Amino acid sequence: MKKWTRKGDLVLGRFDRQEAAVVRGLVSQIQDMLLARAEEAPQDELSELTGIRTGPSTPPDDPILGRLLPDFHRLDPDAPDPAEVDSANALRSLHEPELLDQKTGAAEVVLGTCPPDGGEVRLEPAQAEAWLSSLNDVRLALGTALDVRDDMPEDLPPDDPRSPHLGVYQWLTWVQETLVEAVMD
Amino acid sequence: MTTPVEQERTQADPVGEEVRAEDRPWQTLVWNDPVNLMSYVTYVFQKLFGYSRDHATKLMLDVHHKGRAIVSSGTKDKVEADVAKLHAAGLWATMQRSS
Repeated sequence: MKKWTRKGDLVLGRFDRQEAAVVRGLVSQIQDMLLARAEEAPQDELSELTGIRTGPSTPPDDPILGRLLPDFHRLDPDAPDPAEVDSANALRSLHEPELLDQKTGAAEVVLGTCPPDGGEVRLEPAQAEAWLSSLNDVRLALGTALDVRDDMPEDLPPDDPRSPHLGVYQWLTWVQETLVEAVMD
Repeated sequence: MTTPVEQERTQADPVGEEVRAEDRPWQTLVWNDPVNLMSYVTYVFQKLFGYSRDHATKLMLDVHHKGRAIVSSGTKDKVEADVAKLHAAGLWATMQRSS
């Protein structure tokens, strides 16, 4: 792929077949994780009557989902303030359904605009914004799985099991970085 | 053309300012993380809060160098909505009462 370019309001990119498969595969995986989380939401008659949806009140056990769906308060991991825990849980329950909708919706935009066999991608401003959030979610997920840190070297030792995956992460970083540049241009 | 309107609004708002000061017990914090791109974080601050490029860049650099920055403040409802929007963008945001 070459850098994204701007043409009026549109942002244009081009992915070859393999690149499109990587983007679509990762975005679908994250979307599946988020949809599975959405299914954990409590179903009750009261929500059906009032139309007010509530999500789970506790954070996901999975660290990747935990990073995508953060707490509303910064809790001390060793000695969390019980009142803050209650508040964070209540806020999660209230906001998580919509957050999941936004994230799965952004993923849907990527899947709808990235041709499965590769080719040109033409994005309206709102679609470019969805791509940015979705690429960011994928990078957060990979970054969490790869334990990316600020002081991480560009190349890991070849025997590090994370080594081949880091290249994908770095490529996605480049795709996102050039998309931000094109959008802000 | 925008300047007179801006002045008028500012001048007509002294009471509103007082009420707002009392009404602003909450802050939105964004925390540093090793994944989010500096350019993307700046873009998000501009997009969500309407901040200038310079102000958004300054806040982003605070997050990067100091580990966190207060990016907005206001009523609990407002800050709650700001945190929700930042989460949708993938930033690590939390809310706290002003100390």
